Amino acid sequence: MRLELIKRPQRSALFSILSPFIAFVLTLVAGSIMFALLGVNPVSALHAYFVEPLSQVWQLHELAIKAAPLILIAVGLSVCYRANIWNIGAEGQFIMGGIVGSILPVTYPEFQNAFVLPLMLLMGMVGGAAYAAIPAFLKARFNTNEILTSLMLVYVAQLLLDWIVRGPWRDPKGFNFPQTVQFSDAATLPELWPQSGRANWGFVFALVAAVLVWLMMSRMLKGFEVRVLGSSPRAGRFAGFSVGRMVFFAFMLSGALAGLAGISEVSGAINQLLPSISPGYGFTAIIVAFLGRLNPLGIVAAGLVLGLTYLGGESAQAALGLSDKVARVFQGMLLFFVLGCDTLIHYRIRLVGMTTPKLEPASKLEEVH
Amino acid sequence: MDITIAILLTIATAATPLLIAAIGELVVERSGVLNLGVEGMMIMGAVGGFGAGYLTGSAWLGLLAAIAIGALFSLLFAVMTLSLATNQVATGLSLTLLGLGFSGMMGTGFVGLPGQRLPDLYIPGLTTLPVVGEFLFGQDPIFYISIALTAGVAWFLFKTRAGLTLRSIGDSHGSAHALGINVIRYRYMAVIFGGACAGLAGGQLSLVYTPQWVENMSAGRGWIALALVVFASWRPWRVLVGAYIFGAVWIGQLHAQAFGIPVPPQILSSLPYLATIVVLVLISRNKRLTMMNTPASLGQPFVPDR
Repeated sequence: MRLELIKRPQRSALFSILSPFIAFVLTLVAGSIMFALLGVNPVSALHAYFVEPLSQVWQLHELAIKAAPLILIAVGLSVCYRANIWNIGAEGQFIMGGIVGSILPVTYPEFQNAFVLPLMLLMGMVGGAAYAAIPAFLKARFNTNEILTSLMLVYVAQLLLDWIVRGPWRDPKGFNFPQTVQFSDAATLPELWPQSGRANWGFVFALVAAVLVWLMMSRMLKGFEVRVLGSSPRAGRFAGFSVGRMVFFAFMLSGALAGLAGISEVSGAINQLLPSISPGYGFTAIIVAFLGRLNPLGIVAAGLVLGLTYLGGESAQAALGLSDKVARVFQGMLLFFVLGCDTLIHYRIRLVGMTTPKLEPASKLEEVH
Repeated sequence: MDITIAILLTIATAATPLLIAAIGELVVERSGVLNLGVEGMMIMGAVGGFGAGYLTGSAWLGLLAAIAIGALFSLLFAVMTLSLATNQVATGLSLTLLGLGFSGMMGTGFVGLPGQRLPDLYIPGLTTLPVVGEFLFGQDPIFYISIALTAGVAWFLFKTRAGLTLRSIGDSHGSAHALGINVIRYRYMAVIFGGACAGLAGGQLSLVYTPQWVENMSAGRGWIALALVVFASWRPWRVLVGAYIFGAVWIGQLHAQAFGIPVPPQILSSLPYLATIVVLVLISRNKRLTMMNTPASLGQPFVPDR
């Protein structure tokens, strides 16, 4: 038996909508099998993962806190991936945004007025964009593989953060803990509804960014340029679009958004710099981008789903003693299944025998159609 | 003199996992497939090797388990990219993310446990030879496997008919298919070989280099191995040279930290990653060289037509 792919005459509109949902269901099935193998009742495990974290209002706030950086980063990455540019170093750009954005509150803590927060956010974006400009420059100038350079810079950024928090920026009154001073109120991203929970303006930034990028991609020439250069660089060149400039544009846009996510997280949720400020948001955002079909509005929904896996990981750890790494497994499986289901958009799948090809389409997924 | 030998030995131990993983990926890329999941397969090999070694008490069984898990894990990638024609970059990334998650979950119970270490080779008379004895005849078994693997792959790719076929597939899968070659089957074999190598490299980490389980212990070595393949312009012996240069950088920064050089340790730790970037830039500057050597179908999905 082997699989055979038959090209569809046109991409299937049905499956391009259904595929993320099929993938999510398959992830739940595979997850249940995994829980059963681990000796945990799958129903209670899935309940702890996907229902419990949504049962109270303050938990919805926590979901917004987790989803905000994922959406911000993924929206930027979707532009890169549409342009066929592979920025996988968003984690590093997130960290650089956090570091550069923290310059003011850490080195001039007495500087407290209405300007400090906007300046911090701006500097965070500049920091992320500048860090993303490095692989962009190397790609545009020397044709260096951006996948590897952007990823290597993640490790460099992590080490830089570790050094700066343990070394020059360590809080002198912090009992030698590796942390910076707490940010003043003026340097703290305000909460949206403090009565009911912790969610801050970061979530609003994420929604605004998603809508703006959606407008750009669907209504503006720039978005058209991204899509043309992504699907056919040659056609793009005939239209007068520059590949090199697009590399800079896509990298720096996604870097700026990742940087904004970084400083929002540091200023809003953590309130100081620590040796580690991200539970892998930059990598999880890659999954969010694909699950959201590289569409900014889809990404908002996908960001909420992936944010939920982080919360579910914590609640399953507390309730069932499951390792918090299970959340990462869920995230990885989800991406796998999304990519697999995306095949259905362009191809019909059928199983054929090794010797005699059968004619009837036998795939179970086929029947959904 | 003794110190020089000791440093050379540690460089070889640091270079071996890079070499093995990169040799495996080289075969995969020669067949026209780009598998970015090396880091994920490597860490799965590391946790599987440690776990099997710890549970059975045999480092050799650990090594076999590492190879088997790497190969099995790569099969996931093969089914996705070869049978379902998914995007290779994204699928490879997801393999890495999945591997990091799975290994963390499987390894939770292994943290802090003492592991098994593969014994070093000892040949009476030869190992005790002055100067060269220990380097040539006194290392761990995986060192010798890595050298044999390099020689074997160089011979296979450039001296056998199957190797020629594999390279032709990587350069033009359409033409190879038209000639009646089973492109998908060759690629399956190549990807699984690459997975076995990455698993072996991971096993080296948890059974020789540091016989214990630490989360994320591959520390980006899988990605450096990917860069090495580009650096070596897809030639096996150049991979060996590159792996030893990187091994030297890796060991050099550790020694610099131990000597108390007045540079923050984090800056020194970032040297291998920065060196990777520099090397990639130097290689890719020469456009003609890279264009000439890059397998022409690299990363493109292939769906056989009727």
